[in-house]
Amino acid sequence: MRYLFRTEYRQDTSLARHGGDFFWYGLLLVAMIVIPMLMGEFYVGELGGVFIFAIAGVGLMLLVGYTGLISLGHAAFLGIGAYVNSVLLAKGVPFVITLPVAGLFTAACGAAIGLPTLRMSGLYLAIATLAFGSIVGTVFQKWTSVTGGFDGFPVPTPTILGFGLDGATGIYYVSLVVLIFVLWVTANILRSPMGRAMVAIRDSEVSAQSMGINLARYKALAFALSAGMTGLAGALFAHYVRFLAPDAFDVLLSVQFVTIVFVGGLGSLHGAIFGAIFVRLLPQFIAIVRDDLPFGIGRLPGLEPSLFGLVLVLVILFQPGGINGLWLKLKHWFTAYPFKRQTSSRRQKSYAKSERLR
Amino acid sequence: MEDAARLLQLVVNGAAAGCIYGLIALGFVLIYKATEMVNFAQGDIMMLGGFVAYSLIAHYGLNYWVGALLAIAITAAFGFALDAVILRRVIGQPQFAVVMLTLGLGFIFRAGAGIGWGYDSVGFNTPFTNKTATIGQLVLGQDNLSIIVGTVLLCGVLYVFFSKTRLGVAMQASSQNQLAAYYMGIPVRTVFSLIWAISAGVAAVAGILLSPVSMIDVNMGFLGIKAFAAAVIGGFGSIPGSLVGGVVVGIVEQLAGYYLPAGFQEVTSNVVLLAMLILRPQGLFAELSGKRV
Repeated sequence: MRYLFRTEYRQDTSLARHGGDFFWYGLLLVAMIVIPMLMGEFYVGELGGVFIFAIAGVGLMLLVGYTGLISLGHAAFLGIGAYVNSVLLAKGVPFVITLPVAGLFTAACGAAIGLPTLRMSGLYLAIATLAFGSIVGTVFQKWTSVTGGFDGFPVPTPTILGFGLDGATGIYYVSLVVLIFVLWVTANILRSPMGRAMVAIRDSEVSAQSMGINLARYKALAFALSAGMTGLAGALFAHYVRFLAPDAFDVLLSVQFVTIVFVGGLGSLHGAIFGAIFVRLLPQFIAIVRDDLPFGIGRLPGLEPSLFGLVLVLVILFQPGGINGLWLKLKHWFTAYPFKRQTSSRRQKSYAKSERLR
Repeated sequence: MEDAARLLQLVVNGAAAGCIYGLIALGFVLIYKATEMVNFAQGDIMMLGGFVAYSLIAHYGLNYWVGALLAIAITAAFGFALDAVILRRVIGQPQFAVVMLTLGLGFIFRAGAGIGWGYDSVGFNTPFTNKTATIGQLVLGQDNLSIIVGTVLLCGVLYVFFSKTRLGVAMQASSQNQLAAYYMGIPVRTVFSLIWAISAGVAAVAGILLSPVSMIDVNMGFLGIKAFAAAVIGGFGSIPGSLVGGVVVGIVEQLAGYYLPAGFQEVTSNVVLLAMLILRPQGLFAELSGKRV
């Protein structure tokens, strides 16, 4: 067990809780920097994909895990970010500008869709974003003069300060930097009054409102931030896939993003990373075991979406804490050894909360 | 005259499609009113209902009416079991957990139907397939008319059920105030499962009525997204509202398909939904006015 003693005021504002945090996160960072020098191109590319999904996952975590709203249209924001970035790059704008512009533009789209729908209950956001995602998908397909329609859109190679980022390694490092930036921003937001307001809204809208929190403002802000981070992920995603097809940004991708948040563990930034690893590795895992599965299960056409659905259902029913919750339980078992009891992690009994007035 | 007949034809076709959206939306609304859950798998339950009817009628050679009734009963039993076994466990979890749970269930149903019935489109013979009725100058497909008539009949049955029978009144009571319903001796949990059963049954009716117009296939559950537009227009909590909303969406969609360039028809329902949320988010038939503290 570790007991934290406060000896300095600086401890209260520091992001790391104690020296151990510095050590382990530093070690992780060093490992991430060294990995491309040790591993093959394929693994570096896959890990870059995990980073990109983790960026979107952190964005969605802010919305779902901390503000308690759900979006089923984040694939559309990923697509908007991807297309804005690629179209601007093709027009000759440098990557250092297109990347933030993609994020800001997507955030503006998020605010535009969030402001009208968030006046109602959070449920309407889920429905509205579902509709929005389908509209945006159709726009990508039909607006051929900009997006190239079903012919696709080849993404130009980005350059930073004269270095061309053509291989998987370049995108890997850019994604790593953006991921760290996004994590840093989110961690800071969560410690600020804004983050506290979001958590208050998640736990009870009525009590948040009675504490003087402007519900619509903070919800729209959370949604815009979340969309913006997904837009950043989209800009990187464009370089990850190198060729944009309009049908890549469908509802299934949105569901994958939400799976990141649920499987990783609601309400924790670690969860967003764990979830991204899971969601990126599951298709690879399916591809490996596909031929060995009995009864021809591996050859079923809808295997991947249904497995995502199944995992989602099982996690919500039996492990609402997600992977992060499992990790915390494991850690508790070790730190409290041998005093772990059955009741230590028993779920609180919950009751139906009504949102109605009658 | 030609134009007027054409327009009327479009309106009738739209109303028929709209009745289907309305029936799915009715399923959402019934469940939402009672349990404040939104069932994102409603469209997939309709798909299952359609497939069960297909099995009974085309495979086992049952009479259309017998097969349809049996399919509705089986789907309703499935809905009951779904609530009793799965959905009841998540009561008290945040609303978005239920959204994701039903969405995940929808994916599983789709895969299950794919395994059970295959991924090809199927259809079965109904008494209405490929028959027309002529009213004046108007030539209407009996399949479309059967949808409209079936919807109206079903609504009549549901109206009588909810207002006249003991069970229907008990359901209304439990939707309005769970605690008070418990105190009055209503078995609220069973009643909620029964509401899920009714909602699944209504979805099965939609699937069966739809089958002469469009084939049954695994992806037919995506109609559920259009039904959201219907439910939101109706105010998400009003039973007549959801039907009116469905008909509005259906007609607008048909007209958009005729007068606007290709590609607009598929997004019309979504555009209508977003426009509705911006202009009048509480819907045409608002019932929910505020929040309980």
